[in-house]
Amino acid sequence: MASGVDTVIHMGVISTPRQAGGRMEMKDINVIGTMQLLAACQRTPSVRSLVVKSTSMVYGSGPKDPAMFTEDTEPRHQPVSGWAKDSVEVEAYVRGFGRRRPDVRIVTLRFANIIGPGMRTGMTAYFRLPVVPTVAGFDPRLQFTHEDDSLAAVRVAAVSEHAGTFNIAGDGVITVTQAIRHMGKLPVPTPRLALDALRQVGSIGADFSSEQIRFLTYGRVLDTSAARDTLGFTCEYSTVQAFDDFARWARSG
Amino acid sequence: MAESISQASRRVGNTGPQPEAPRVVISAEASEGTDPRAFLHDRVTGDYPIDDFGFDPEFTESVLLPLMRPFYRNWFRVEASGLEHVPADSGALVVANHSGTLAFDAIMTQVALKDDHPAHRNLRMLAANLVFETPVIADLARKAGHTLACHADAERLLAAGEVVGVWPEGFKGIGKPFRERYRLQRFGRGGFVAAAIRTGAPIIPTAIVGAEEIYPMIANASPLARVLGLPYFPITPTFPALGPLGLIPLPSKWMIHFGTPISTSEIPADAADDPMVLFDITDQVRESISASIARLLAIRESVFG
Repeated sequence: MASGVDTVIHMGVISTPRQAGGRMEMKDINVIGTMQLLAACQRTPSVRSLVVKSTSMVYGSGPKDPAMFTEDTEPRHQPVSGWAKDSVEVEAYVRGFGRRRPDVRIVTLRFANIIGPGMRTGMTAYFRLPVVPTVAGFDPRLQFTHEDDSLAAVRVAAVSEHAGTFNIAGDGVITVTQAIRHMGKLPVPTPRLALDALRQVGSIGADFSSEQIRFLTYGRVLDTSAARDTLGFTCEYSTVQAFDDFARWARSG
Repeated sequence: MAESISQASRRVGNTGPQPEAPRVVISAEASEGTDPRAFLHDRVTGDYPIDDFGFDPEFTESVLLPLMRPFYRNWFRVEASGLEHVPADSGALVVANHSGTLAFDAIMTQVALKDDHPAHRNLRMLAANLVFETPVIADLARKAGHTLACHADAERLLAAGEVVGVWPEGFKGIGKPFRERYRLQRFGRGGFVAAAIRTGAPIIPTAIVGAEEIYPMIANASPLARVLGLPYFPITPTFPALGPLGLIPLPSKWMIHFGTPISTSEIPADAADDPMVLFDITDQVRESISASIARLLAIRESVFG
């Protein structure tokens, strides 16, 4: 690693296999990539700060979850696959690095789904489907972080003096039905088994991994007061405003 | 503590999807004349406010309460008393006895506080995780303002100044056989008391009479319950013998009494970890409910009075 580097920002954990060319490649990039980056940091004495972009997917999603997650809420439904599981492993490696290099200030940011005109994710593809299937009988609460806010949060974390893990999300919540309505589309309640079948088809771009279907069943909401009180960071866009900025762009295109 | 209370209230209070728009305030009076066209418009555009827990006041006012009101007014002819014991604008924990196979008692308590309390308070109940696993029920429970029975949610709601409802007998109470009617079951570990102490919210012991007779459960088909993953499977004189007709609750006469509040504000917050304090207050609450039930039963002229 180049000498004199004092701050490392790790944003290299990718969310869908399509970005990498396959699940194996994705896992390599996410987990092996993180290990290599941390190894390089460890050998570079000038590194003073490490900012890691993680995801609220690490909390999992299920019926036994409290209405809102704080950073120290114990996950009751540990993610078992995909991006979420990679992120759990990445966070574990980062904690290990923290033990080996206690002199490095580490900030881990757990983002709610990042959304905006510039984002292409499994979630944005989902809302852009011509008909949007929902899990029949459930209308989960979702949260979003606007893409501009996600960058601002990373910037604040990089220059802050504080260390720790912080939830980042736009204020408030939106249910999946509300979000689909804001897209001007019809939600189509679909049995869970049929959604599992959609995953097998797999070519429609939208994410129907088992982790994502759990998320679309039970939802997840973050308590963001730690970021506000410690980092002094609040998202400019509320969850609804962030989603609407994406929806306006998607509807006009 | 004061800090976290103000945080929590901000989280719950700051909930509208459109922060610019004024929050929709719907009173019980307004709900009688909700404009169905405005309601449908909001549903189609998705522009209606919900809070962080998923509470959807517009849906509750326009759909759920109108469905339940006839049961409250005409079927069970509920008489609510002691409403003055429920504060108008601050947090409180309503603790009540549980019975009747299906949770009509909880729903009627919600109607009582919404319609008959001068401040038209929304009751935010703490429910079992079975509720949040079950399609449709999970969705309706969130929209009606309810959440999972856990410390975190109870404290967050109380700190935000909401009226929280808890039925500590749980399935032991609601699924007990008819011959054990009006016999209070165990009150769990007193977790609800800890939440009240940490937030300084008063506990309001509440007695419900009438719910025991709506579905007299003469037997529990427990093997069937196990197969279906239910806590119990009731056999009543009409269910399952009469099929769906057996789901009509018997029109028993109901009374709900909100008792004298038990204050927790003078108890230091760290007492919430002291099991002796919790047991002591739990007993006090249980005694109070038990005495109120006896008094209401004596007043009630007959089961169908």
